[in-house]
Amino acid sequence: MMPTKKTIELSRGDPDSGNMLVNIGPQHPATHGVLRLLCELDGETVLSVEPDIGYLHSSFEKLGEFRTWNQIIPLTDRMDYLAPLMYNCVYAMAVEKLMGLEVTERCKVVRVLCMEMERIFSHLLWLGTTAIDVGAFTPFLYAFQERERIYKLHESFTGARITTSATRIGGMMADLPDGWTDDLKDFVETFPKTLDEIDSLLTRNGIHLGRTQDIGIISSSDAINAGFTGPNLRASGVDYDLRKDRPYYDYETYEFDVPIGKNGDCYDRYLVRMEEMRQSLKILSQALERLPDGPINVEDPRVSLPSKTDCMNDMESMIHHFKIVTEGVRVPPGDCYFAIEGSKGELGMYVVSDGGEKPIRWRIRPPSFVNLSVLPQLAEGHQVSDLIMINASLDIVLGEIDR
Amino acid sequence: MGIIDDNKRQLPVAGNSAPTFLTTKVDFVVNWARRNSLWPMPFGTACCAIEMMASAASNFDLARFGMERMSFSPRQADVLICAGRVPYKLAPVLRRTWDQMMQPKWCISMGACASSGGVFDTYSMVQGIDTIVPVDVYVPGCPPRPEGLIYGLMMIQEKIRNEALADGSLRKEDPEGAGKPEANSSEVRALTGVFGNSTQQEKVSSLAQTARPGRFKDLLG
Amino acid sequence: MTEQLTAIFGSAIVGSEVQCGDQEVLFVEPAQSREILEWLKDNEEHSYDLLLDVTAVDYGSVPGVQVVYQLWSIIHKKLLRIKCSLPENRLKIRTVVDLWSCANWLEREVFDLFGVDFVGHPDLRRILMPKNYSEGHPLRKTFPLRGKFSREKQTKIALEQDYEDYYRPEQLGALGIEPVNDAD
Repeated sequence: MMPTKKTIELSRGDPDSGNMLVNIGPQHPATHGVLRLLCELDGETVLSVEPDIGYLHSSFEKLGEFRTWNQIIPLTDRMDYLAPLMYNCVYAMAVEKLMGLEVTERCKVVRVLCMEMERIFSHLLWLGTTAIDVGAFTPFLYAFQERERIYKLHESFTGARITTSATRIGGMMADLPDGWTDDLKDFVETFPKTLDEIDSLLTRNGIHLGRTQDIGIISSSDAINAGFTGPNLRASGVDYDLRKDRPYYDYETYEFDVPIGKNGDCYDRYLVRMEEMRQSLKILSQALERLPDGPINVEDPRVSLPSKTDCMNDMESMIHHFKIVTEGVRVPPGDCYFAIEGSKGELGMYVVSDGGEKPIRWRIRPPSFVNLSVLPQLAEGHQVSDLIMINASLDIVLGEIDR
Repeated sequence: MGIIDDNKRQLPVAGNSAPTFLTTKVDFVVNWARRNSLWPMPFGTACCAIEMMASAASNFDLARFGMERMSFSPRQADVLICAGRVPYKLAPVLRRTWDQMMQPKWCISMGACASSGGVFDTYSMVQGIDTIVPVDVYVPGCPPRPEGLIYGLMMIQEKIRNEALADGSLRKEDPEGAGKPEANSSEVRALTGVFGNSTQQEKVSSLAQTARPGRFKDLLG
Repeated sequence: MTEQLTAIFGSAIVGSEVQCGDQEVLFVEPAQSREILEWLKDNEEHSYDLLLDVTAVDYGSVPGVQVVYQLWSIIHKKLLRIKCSLPENRLKIRTVVDLWSCANWLEREVFDLFGVDFVGHPDLRRILMPKNYSEGHPLRKTFPLRGKFSREKQTKIALEQDYEDYYRPEQLGALGIEPVNDAD
């Protein structure tokens, strides 16, 4: 493929070495987005690899400085289109933390439902595409069949399949529609069957084992030093899960386990993600059981709109409504770093306000950006085909890396 | 002189003959074959790429229209589906992918970002890929649903159905003129202010020389 | 902790505050930022071993850039934010790549978007913007949202990028390898 792969024969002063420089990407199906990898090869062995990113730099952070606090929410789901609701939630949570705003109990549980659903949503895409990279096409079709069901849940809740924009500061855009929880319950009950089927296709599959075991090993101390978070870090045997270590939204009261790997290779990363999906289902069913009634949006004059009747009947409510809609929410001066356990690692939002209706700075702590920076270290000495597998096993999304 | 030459000028650029019974029948067969085995070249970058993948997967199944064979090599592809936002850093890659596709070729701009820059009216984003490559069908949406993409592909099929082999202008290729401005640049600038915006584009790519097409010309000449 | 640090580093600790109820923030002088971060990483009482983020903030109202580090201690489960204000005329700070390897890309990003020079960084160059980008550092407040050039000029410069950048002979020379023949 001409724009993406090109070889030039090279030699380091030694005509017999025959090293090659191979370019993979930015338009290449196996790089999971517009990632460019420049590899120096000795035959099939990777001597060094350099990722070149920025091919999807859409300047979210700059754009955020020109948007009011609520207007940023539609940007967040375009950043990680594999787990949009998760990004909606973490942004709203960061701003609420900065405002000192406590959302309602129902809203908390609804957001937990959203976040755990997105973890499955994101891991399913990872599972399907990674399986393709090692030559298995069937899991992709199975995974997308299940993803399609989550798409439907997205759609009936928010009206959009991917770009959900479901949260607002102080609550959600709307309450859950009737029957939504039944659909989700149905998903929680039937999804394990498909998961087991995919499991039986891959977990003991000889080809899959051969392609993933002992590939791309990283030790726990190296993983910490490299800033790994999320499933990648846990696959290396480090017990660090924000849901347990820095709990938010009563995660400490849910019963679930955090899977920890041993070897830190691609296979462990695969196992950790598979187990995480099962644990997410456990959290989902618990959250469905405890979903309380009550209002979904907080009653706080700083963020919530007065009711329509009030607006029509008294002047103050009318002005209040007008001000919130036209000027936007005001956030007190200060800064706040808030992170959740995202599907790809620690997903943090750092918001800085000067008291105005727009942020001074909106920074995303990108988990896959940091995870990807370790690729050169992981791939060194492996074969080209393993490089593709290692890259896939890190679970990157370019929208978030380049922002 | 005058009248005859003027008439000639209105005829198709190549071929220079009116359609006959034979050519229309050949057109019919060729277009039937072409439109039912389109091989898309998925140039997926962001959210739209996920919807494109969903279109190819079981529920929507592009194979029903003869398009399941995603051609990851531009050399074998017929339709470029540009799905997702295109930053300036990616612009030359898109242009080169397009230049490498063989005739006959078509292009779909999928989604708001590819068509107009979408919400990203910022320093790093191309404001519509029609400033880089010529586009046949724009699919609106953020992102478009798979049905939308399939409809766009069917519009390409419809376009192919009405093509004539004798009309060489359809296949005429001028890499340096691709995405040529419709208005001249001073006119566009007067309309759009200093920076231009998402709705009124400066279609300027022909003003820029890429390194690649120049080299093609050297090879040919 | 602030007292401990002040005892060791003296006036390099400019101050501290608590944000949002439970987020500790420490202000330090850029001259000694690296030593302080190293101490925080290695001191067993604190052992902030995970560098979560390196970023910067341009307040606009104050000239200059504030570099922000987010630290987390896996053992002690503590979060800490270190802030370091750099004056406009001296956007320089020492790198922490040798302490945490993940700082490599994060510092490159801050350099790319804010123009902060990380002294001692092994490979400080643009990471997100194209190599031939010449409009400046986009996340500074003085930088307009749509860039400094017209769209026409931006498109032109973008298409002038050499996407085979890495294969230029001088590039390969910099890697210490000589091209034998050009396959094209």
